[in-house]
This record gives sequence, structure tokens and C-alpha cells, in this order.
Amino acid sequence: MSSTQLTEAGPSQRGTGFRRVFRLTPYLGFLPFLALVLVFLLWPTYLIVSQAFIDDEGNFTTQYVNTVLTQEVHRTAFRNSIQVSAITAVAGAFLGGLFAWAIATSKSDGALRRVTLAGSGVLAQFGGVMLAFAFLATFGFNGMVTIFFAENFGDSFLSNPTWLYDMTGFAVVYTFFQIPLMLIVFLPAVEGLRSEWREANDSLGGSTWDYWKSVAGPILFPSFLGALLLLFANAFSAYATAAALISQGSPIVPLQIRGAIGSEVALGNAALGKALALGMVIIVIVVMGLYVLLQRRVGKWTK
Amino acid sequence: MDKVTLGHAIRNSWRWLILAIVGLYLLLPIVSMADFSTRAGIDGGRTLDAWRAIPSAPGLIDSVIVSLQLAVLAVIGILVLLVPTMIWVYIRIPKLRRTLEVLCLLPLAIPAIVLVVGIAPLYRSLSQVFGSSPLSLAFVYVILTFPFAYRAIDGSLRSVDVHTLSEAARTLGASWPRTILGVVIPNIKTGILGACVISIALVLGEFTIASLLNYETMQVVINLLGKREGTISVAVSLAALVFAFVLLVMIPTSRNNSKQAEVNS
Repeated sequence: MSSTQLTEAGPSQRGTGFRRVFRLTPYLGFLPFLALVLVFLLWPTYLIVSQAFIDDEGNFTTQYVNTVLTQEVHRTAFRNSIQVSAITAVAGAFLGGLFAWAIATSKSDGALRRVTLAGSGVLAQFGGVMLAFAFLATFGFNGMVTIFFAENFGDSFLSNPTWLYDMTGFAVVYTFFQIPLMLIVFLPAVEGLRSEWREANDSLGGSTWDYWKSVAGPILFPSFLGALLLLFANAFSAYATAAALISQGSPIVPLQIRGAIGSEVALGNAALGKALALGMVIIVIVVMGLYVLLQRRVGKWTK
Repeated sequence: MDKVTLGHAIRNSWRWLILAIVGLYLLLPIVSMADFSTRAGIDGGRTLDAWRAIPSAPGLIDSVIVSLQLAVLAVIGILVLLVPTMIWVYIRIPKLRRTLEVLCLLPLAIPAIVLVVGIAPLYRSLSQVFGSSPLSLAFVYVILTFPFAYRAIDGSLRSVDVHTLSEAARTLGASWPRTILGVVIPNIKTGILGACVISIALVLGEFTIASLLNYETMQVVINLLGKREGTISVAVSLAALVFAFVLLVMIPTSRNNSKQAEVNS
């Protein structure tokens, strides 16, 4: 604080007008950042929210929002999106949570941890399109696993890869990037568990079950729940993987948005795209809001 | 004593079982890509033809250059906009810290597929000013990197007492630019480096916005390629994944960060 007083001491003697101006000067440093965010983030978001309610002639209408809420195609898409996000969030959270525990507790010089974290970063945040191709190379019509099963087991679920192109396929591929994301998000919490707690539990005669039920479980639970929410939002927002897997048909909301804005010939479709986008924003913001609340609770606890 | 060793043995076998199962799930598709992209034909055998064809794949090299340029622009955006703004807000206008955090994390709450809907009209008018250069994507890309860059830099700023540091520098007569460039930035180097690396990976991997605004970035071309030349696109994908992996291994990890924090404090 004293640095502020130091710099403002000079000009402040010249009168109140100057003082006010100089007190506001630091805020100027915030303006370039604010301008960029305003133009490329806040304004587009405002456009979506407002134009979802405006028809071709510029009048207020709830027509498009109604369409999204009532038409079976859109309702199914939202149901599918929520379902696949929830399933893959739970699967990813459990597998990724166990994975985080295994990494955190393995004694190593940090190489395993480093490689796992980098690999997880790549799989979780880098390659939607590339992951789709990875799964086509594995379970697709000429995929490694598909051929292996066709040659060795004849007709089976894995030798007929049509499942990859519907919701089952989405669930399997999405889980693939949820696990590494869970690792990234959850690892710090697991690493926060002190080995002294475990030792105290053991020397007081507690079993492994006691330790997880009464010590580690309650400590990790808020972080786990928060990670679960983050994973849900992640899968719900994902577009690239689905777009690369399916070029026609729109079983989930992001693909319906692609359909709506892809056919700009009909103006009404653009507004429909905005109404769909609005629906997505509302769901993601509710989920992220819960996440922030939980994080605050976690933060309070650790302090 | 025996009970403890037994417990350790059980825990160890659990650990390896989990590592094996999850590892298999995560590595199988990667191995499949290597297998798929080196197949010679239906009757077996190996060839590197698909890998050799990468340089001549239509539009691919151009798009890689575009994506690399975008990555550089995003890094510049972080260095000249986000880093100074964050430092400035932390030192001079702490009242705005919460606002800054919310604005930086906001892109997480507005999915790219949603943002592209609202940003399409803006890019239509931008293309009249800048022409249809895909480099104009840099504006929105730098915003997409904010949540990740913010967290990396925020971690570093918290671990060094930036307030006391800058106060000391100012008291000793350093100007503001000198305080920020000469004192604060060297102390948060790891955070800035981490922010840049993750931003590069993010920009190179971005597909949604580029694809729906019809710009030919690396991911868009890989996706197009996949429709015609399956093996080449799988080879390129694997190469890109490996490249990103090498890039991310270079990130200073958080454990190193905290060690450094202990040294600094």
C-alpha cells in the first residue's frame, strides 16, 4: 500500500481534481485487457443471449427458445448430451481418481509423475480430432482391435464397429479424455493427503477401510465432487471429437449447433443456433457455478 | 510389523493393477495409431508410405504453418497483455483481482461451440478489415488460453510475495517498468513459461472455432484429410500428439514450483 501513497504524494498536493485523476490512473492499465475480453468474449455472449429472442424482422419472440424446449429432436439432443456427459464424468472421475491415487503414492523420482502429467495434458486438452482418429484406428472398420477380434473370435461386439458412431462410441471416447483430465484436476488433492495421517490411523489400530471412510474420504470428497462437475462441463462442451466421428446426423447439442449455423441460407436457423447455444450456456454456467462454490469451500477447509 | 508389510504389499498390487488397467486403456489407441499408419495392405507387412506422404498431403504443411503462427501470436498476447495486466492488478489495483479472475476463467463457462455462434458475425466484419487471413483467429485464441495461462501465472504470483517485492523495488527507486520487467517477471518465470507452453498446445489443438469459421488450421486439415486419406491423417495425428507430449514434458511441474516457493520465501 505504501508504494501507492509514495507515487501519489506528488500530484495529490495540486488539488482534488488532479488527485482523482491520479487515483484512477492505475485503472488505465486494465483497459487493454478489458477491451479484448469485451469484444471477443462478452459481446459475442451478449449477442447469443439477446438474439435468441429476436426474429427475422427484429421483433421480440420466444419462438426459437420454444422450439428448442418443445421439439423432440432438440429435447433428445439435450438428453443425450446430459446423459453422455454424466456417464463419462462418473466413469472418468472414478478411473481417473484411482489413477491419481496410484500416481501420487508410487515412490519415484518424479519421472513417472512428469510423464503421466504431460501425457494427460495432451490427451485431455490437445486433441479432440486426433482422439477420434485414434479410436477409428483402434475400433473402427479397419481398427487394430476390430481386426484382432474378427480374426480370433468371429462375430462379436468388438468385430462390428458400428457402435463407435453412436452414443456408446461417444461414451467410450469421451471417457478416454475424461480420465486424464481427472488426473490433472484431482492429483493435487490426493497429494495433499499426508502420510502421517495414514500412519496415525494404522498405529491406532484402524483398518484400511477405516482410513478411507473416516480420514481420506471426507477430506477428498469436496475435491472429488468439484472434479466431477468440471468433467461434466468438459464433456458437455466437447465438440471436436464428435464432429470428427460423425459428419452427418446430430445426436448431441454441439452437433445440432453445427447443423444450425452451417445452413445459414435460412435465417431462422441462425436464431435457432443461438437458442441452442443459450441452452448450453445456461447448463454449463449452473454446473460451473456449483463448482466455484465447492472450490471456495475446499479453499476454506485447507486454510 | 508383518501386518504392515502385508498392507504395503496389498497396496502395491492394487497400485500396479490400476496403473496397468488405466495405462492399457490410454495407450491402446495410441499403439493402434502406430499400427494403423504403418500397415502395408490387407495381407500384412509394414510400410512407412503414409508417413512419407505427410509433406505432400494437400494443404497440410500450409495449415501447420498457420497454426504455428497462431500459437506464436497467442504467446505474444499472453506476454504483452495478460502477464502485465495480472502483475499490475496484483500490485496496484487489488480491488480488481476478483474481476480479473472471473474474466479469465469465463471461457471455461462459455464452450467454444457456443462462443463461435456469437463470434461469427464479428469475424464476418473482421474479414472485411483484415482480409480472410486465418491469423485473425489469434484474437479469440488468446482468450481461450486465459483460463489455463491465468492459473499458471497466478500460482507463481502467489508463491512469491509480489507485493513486498515491488514495494522494495519502488522504495529503492526503480521505475514501474523496471520493477515489473527487472524484479517481478524474473521471479514468476516458471509460471509464465508454463502458461506459454500450455497455450501453444491449446492453440495447435483447437478445432471447433477454426472449423466453423472456415479457416484452414492444422486440425481442420487433419480432419478433412481423414475423410480421404485415412492412413496419412492417422500418421499426422500421431505425430501431432507426440509433438504436444514433448512440448508438455518441458513444463516445469507444480512440485518444482512449490520447491521454488520454499526457496524463495
